[in-house]
Amino acid sequence: MSDARQFCTFYLDGFFFGVDVMRVQEVIRFQQLTRVPLAPPVVHGLINLRGQIVTAVDLRRRLGLAPRAAGEQPMNIVVRTDDGAVSLLVDEIGEVVEVGEDAFERPPETLGGELRALIPGAYKLADRLLLILDTDRTVAIHADAA
Amino acid sequence: MSEMDDVVREFLVESHEGLDQLDRDLVALEQSPRDAKLLAAIFRCVHTIKGTCGFLGFGKLESVSHVGENLLSLLRDGKLFLTPEITSALLRLVDAIRQILAQIEADGGEGDVDYSDLVATLTRLAEGSPAPAAGVAEPPAAAEAAAPKKARGSRKAKAAAPEPAVEPVVAPVPVPAAAAPAPAAEAAHAPEPGHPAEAEGRASISESNIRVDVALLDKLMNLVGELVLARNQILQYTASHEDAQFLATSQRLNLITTELQEGVMKTRMQPIGNIWSKFPRVVRDLALQVGKQVAIEMEGRETELDKTIIEAIKDPLTHIVRNSVDHGIESPAARVAAGKPAEGRLLLRAYHEGGQVNIEIADDGGGINAEKVRQKALDRGLVTPEQAARMSERELQNLIFLPGFSTAEKVSNISGRGVGMDVVRTNIEKIGGTVDVQSVAGQGTTLKIKIPLTLAIIPALTVAAEGDRYAIPQVNLLELVRVEPGEGTGIEFIHGAPVYRLRGNLLPLCYLRRELGLPERAAAEGEAVNIVVLHADGRQFGLVVDGIHDTEEIVVKPLGQLLKGLSVFAGATIMGDGRVALILDVLSLAQRAKVVGEMRDQKRELRDRAASLAAAGSTTSLLVFGVGRDMRLAMPLAAVQRLEELPRDHVERAGSHDVVQYRGEILPLIHLARVLGAEAIDDPAKPLQVVVYADRGRQVGLVVDGIHDIVEDALASRAPVGHPDLAGTAVIHDRVTDLLDVQTVVRNACPWLYATEPDAQEALA
Repeated sequence: MSDARQFCTFYLDGFFFGVDVMRVQEVIRFQQLTRVPLAPPVVHGLINLRGQIVTAVDLRRRLGLAPRAAGEQPMNIVVRTDDGAVSLLVDEIGEVVEVGEDAFERPPETLGGELRALIPGAYKLADRLLLILDTDRTVAIHADAA
Repeated sequence: MSEMDDVVREFLVESHEGLDQLDRDLVALEQSPRDAKLLAAIFRCVHTIKGTCGFLGFGKLESVSHVGENLLSLLRDGKLFLTPEITSALLRLVDAIRQILAQIEADGGEGDVDYSDLVATLTRLAEGSPAPAAGVAEPPAAAEAAAPKKARGSRKAKAAAPEPAVEPVVAPVPVPAAAAPAPAAEAAHAPEPGHPAEAEGRASISESNIRVDVALLDKLMNLVGELVLARNQILQYTASHEDAQFLATSQRLNLITTELQEGVMKTRMQPIGNIWSKFPRVVRDLALQVGKQVAIEMEGRETELDKTIIEAIKDPLTHIVRNSVDHGIESPAARVAAGKPAEGRLLLRAYHEGGQVNIEIADDGGGINAEKVRQKALDRGLVTPEQAARMSERELQNLIFLPGFSTAEKVSNISGRGVGMDVVRTNIEKIGGTVDVQSVAGQGTTLKIKIPLTLAIIPALTVAAEGDRYAIPQVNLLELVRVEPGEGTGIEFIHGAPVYRLRGNLLPLCYLRRELGLPERAAAEGEAVNIVVLHADGRQFGLVVDGIHDTEEIVVKPLGQLLKGLSVFAGATIMGDGRVALILDVLSLAQRAKVVGEMRDQKRELRDRAASLAAAGSTTSLLVFGVGRDMRLAMPLAAVQRLEELPRDHVERAGSHDVVQYRGEILPLIHLARVLGAEAIDDPAKPLQVVVYADRGRQVGLVVDGIHDIVEDALASRAPVGHPDLAGTAVIHDRVTDLLDVQTVVRNACPWLYATEPDAQEALA
């Protein structure tokens, strides 16, 4: 299967998401965050990743999903972007899955709002849909825009 | 050994570099003998060496390079063609030059090696004669063998203990016995004459100078930054330990880290003169082009700055200098007409101050016309008419930094395209600097740039707000004030705007929580207030924080793109405990809190606020001011139009009255000290403090000797007083203060203001 792609998967408010495994720098468990006052609400805070300061984006908020229940600690998926590393806060980490291009489909029409803009498509897995997240668009938010 | 002076040293370094290139070029030339560019480069190099050594008085070197130059010029002009023989001769020439240079480097002399054979060979080749059998390939052993020996011997002499010379060296260089076997070995290397000497000669220069990749220095700098962080963490940990050994070790680590940091930072320092050095030429060319006469002066060119900063300010500085010549300084005719010398003056100054570098670019040109700026800004729609009307002169002048702004009447190819000053400012602010313009119409313009010495590691104060820590760069910090409850006056409010009286001056305050949009904290009763006194943009203000931690060196790390829009933060850093803390950008914070702005405007704002308050509430806002040495007076703030500082030489006489031209009108002045019979303090060095009082469209300036305060007072404790110009006496802030009856004073002093008005009596009622 030459056109197979690998995705690092994660769960978010019941949805099953994937980001291109090549874009993922690392996955780390919850880190202490330093909040950034006045920042766009999707920016959850800053984490210290071995001396590097990384912005953490609250994916639930970014995708317009319900806020995470209090006391639940998110995981960090650190992705590489043009602007260096950015951490995406997710509920739970899944496995790395390999999918064939033939299973790809444009996002379902039922998908609305923010989700639709950031999800270029989905892979039909045997038991569920794997929604692909466009990381570049996901982190393309500016402080003044929010 | 004779002391080499700097010129010679520089000549040596340059020549060595040139010779290396020459080696490569000559070899390349063999491959493509007709390459005119290569030939020209080779010729230039030899020519330069010849010229410089002639100038420095190295006769032998000059004569050798002279014949080489002759030969090269023939080659260059195509009168001769390169043969392997010529190439060899030229390479020998290069070696010979190297030898002599090594000798010069060693003892300042040229040595006594006889190069007549080489000279003869070169001359013969230049004349186009064929070579005698082995003339070129095998140079006379005697001369060649002697040379390396000498160079080598003298070099050794540098390091080794001096012993009586056994070598026939011109300069009295002692040669250690250990060097004695050298000649034989060297002689064997005759086909490569001078090579050992060259290598060793170079090595000695290399010992004091090496070229290092800047990227490597950057990496070192980053590593040192991390080390500083680790050191900070260890020091924090140390505090809770009592192991003497551990304490001593961490203390040593502390010292070494600090020294290492300084050292690494020094490797990246360069004098600002490096970028200034091209300005005289820039100014000269530009002045010529636009028909002006400009003299450039420089002060503090040895001021050192981090290399990255030097790079970053190069273009902005060039732009400013060009701007000054093009727009700032007037044409000679205009200058003479204005009573200035025909030649304009451009002064560049650099100096260290408080961990920052200040750079000033001052010209004595026409200055910035605030009116023109205002008009231009309006034309371009950069500001609204309301904004423009409210702007002070200083703020107007600073409009030149707006994108798309240019006051030049005509666009020249030098400047005036409206791209420029905004880019200048952006570039300077990018490196954490500030730029400010000060201009006096007709007298010139000064641009002041303040930039940090280095970007990577800065001392900072950490403060707390809502459980988080924030770092404030030490450069912005003036002092820390802790206001205990019940002590002094505490924090006062002027229509909601908090101020604190710091040694008699009103310090505008802002709250970190409020500025950061954090929840307000209910001020607990009996709790001390922490005020961090900061300065930004030349003004002071106080920042109220929850708590003050300590100062430490922090490594500035940039924020990601996601947070770039947040100007309140200059970056982030990692604290000793590994957590991230944000670094506050004091200037942005101040602007956000609106505590910096023109002082005059602040006063006016206070007045506006107070006026509205007075209209709404039962208390009266009073302006408290001083007259004479000891009189303390108050007047209703609502009657105050503006507070002004006017230069004393602006005062003119009209009839029996002092007047000033003020906003296109004539403003009569009333010296309150004289009216009230107080002992006047006429300090000619200080500007006049004037309270502009307005009543029904008429304005009068009341000259006072100091504005003290703006207070709200119910005036409950008012007592009558015997003076006709005083409405009474009250206790304001525990001090007895006379209330000025402004209308009476004005009517008595300037009766004509009311004379023609039918409702004059009413006004006085």
